[in-house]
Amino acid sequence: MNDIWTMLWKEAKDLLWQGGWRALIGPLLLVGIMGVYLPLQFGLAWLDLSVIELFVVLWIPYFVITAFMGDAIAGERERHTLETLLASRISERAILLGKVIATVGYAWGMALVGLLLGLVLVNLFHGHGNPVFYHPFDVFLEVLALSLLSCVLGASAGVLISLRTATARQAQQILSIGTLLLIFAAIFVLRALPANFLSALSYSQFLLLAIVVLCVLDAVLLGLSLLNFRRSRLMLS
Amino acid sequence: MREAIIHIEHLSRSFGPVQALDDLSLQVPAGIVFGFLGPNGAGKTTTIHLLLGLLEPTLGRASVLGFDTRTQGDAIRTRTGALLEFAGLYERMSAEDNLDLYGRIYHMPAPQRRARTKELLTHLDLWDRRRDQVGKWSRGMKQKLAVARALFHRPSLVFLDEPTAGFDPMAAAALRTDLASLVAREGVTVFLNTHNLSEAEKLCAQVAVIRQGKLLAVGAPDELRAGIGGPQAEIVGEGFNEQMLTALRERPEVIHAGLQNSHLLIELRGESKLGPLIRLLVQAGAEIEEVRRGKASLEEVFLTLMEEEKR
Repeated sequence: MNDIWTMLWKEAKDLLWQGGWRALIGPLLLVGIMGVYLPLQFGLAWLDLSVIELFVVLWIPYFVITAFMGDAIAGERERHTLETLLASRISERAILLGKVIATVGYAWGMALVGLLLGLVLVNLFHGHGNPVFYHPFDVFLEVLALSLLSCVLGASAGVLISLRTATARQAQQILSIGTLLLIFAAIFVLRALPANFLSALSYSQFLLLAIVVLCVLDAVLLGLSLLNFRRSRLMLS
Repeated sequence: MREAIIHIEHLSRSFGPVQALDDLSLQVPAGIVFGFLGPNGAGKTTTIHLLLGLLEPTLGRASVLGFDTRTQGDAIRTRTGALLEFAGLYERMSAEDNLDLYGRIYHMPAPQRRARTKELLTHLDLWDRRRDQVGKWSRGMKQKLAVARALFHRPSLVFLDEPTAGFDPMAAAALRTDLASLVAREGVTVFLNTHNLSEAEKLCAQVAVIRQGKLLAVGAPDELRAGIGGPQAEIVGEGFNEQMLTALRERPEVIHAGLQNSHLLIELRGESKLGPLIRLLVQAGAEIEEVRRGKASLEEVFLTLMEEEKR
């Protein structure tokens, strides 16, 4: 656990902060879109958690993950820092989990800040003195879980791809293409399902089904990442 | 006799058809700088990777600080420091953060990390620049910081892979001086990969010479020099000819005599005197301007070993 904290500290210093205030422009812009612009445009409807909010809360953190995760391993290898890290006493598991947790925490944290900021602004400007919250509450929790799971999915896939690519850029390109293929596959599966199966599900039940599918995918990909993230393999690659 | 800190027995490693290391057996005593010499691609870096347990050998075994490299890599990496082929610094982080990271990795408490950072950066004249992003530093400064990082947690053994490779002579000499003073101060054993022979000559108490994965020689630089021949004399002048060379070669104290770039090179047996040979040359009509005596350099030893291996 101590080693995972060390990696989180390192990732916060190196990968996320990138050595200056300019590094905050990107995340502030995204939080601004998620937490200020869109909620003020939608007003009270923003708290209904319809498809548009779901898309924003799922897609933006996932997009951040794809941008960062390729750099986390392939980028370290490119800059020759990974070899030095592997020559130290830190375990492979701590390196991998530290990177995944840091990147997921950063991306998902942005989504959370965006949702909370949106809530505050909608209440301030459209609440008319009556406090309102995201509703229905079970859907709110499901949206949060889906967002987290999609981040873990992107991070785990990013690790697996990074292990097999020479550069961070190559890893990002493959991860982007993989994501598109995943979306097409999801659309294909949804269209292939019997119409009455989907129509029988409520919105909340549909999200719950998506959570189960993502849980399985995450477990498989994270497990494969942990199995493949080995010193000898990394040195040879 | 010092206790051996590294034992290597018949170690081999191949990458597909390439035999990077071929039946290497070696012992490295504690408390010295041990030079591992060889041309590019000789298998030096592979040897360090194997000793750190980062790669598994194809055949043979090795132990470092009493730990098996195949099964106890974690224990080895906990007790050693390494500066590999590249400095491996996080360039977006400051110098003190780079050191702090490795202090955290080795579970050093915060006050100890701060004190050690100050101690090493002050010793290397980098303390005033400790908050700079490392990416803005010169290559020499980065390499000094990487040496400090390798020594940060006070390991008993440090692996350095070509620490001055690609440096200009001034920068290399400066880093060598810093390295020598740090190593002496810390009392650490150093396994130094290098193809810089003057570096090995200045720093190493023992050296091993490797080529194409095979060990060619091992010992103290003086022993290796003695192994390839006796003391040498270089005579600068004019009028040297084949008859003079034949006359010299017939003398019992001469092992070898030959001309190189119009200089006469004589290899002597034991501590023979040069006076009678100079007299012989002068009487035969040679005009002598300068006579230099000396031992074979490590470079000559190295080149001789490479030539012998080629044959």
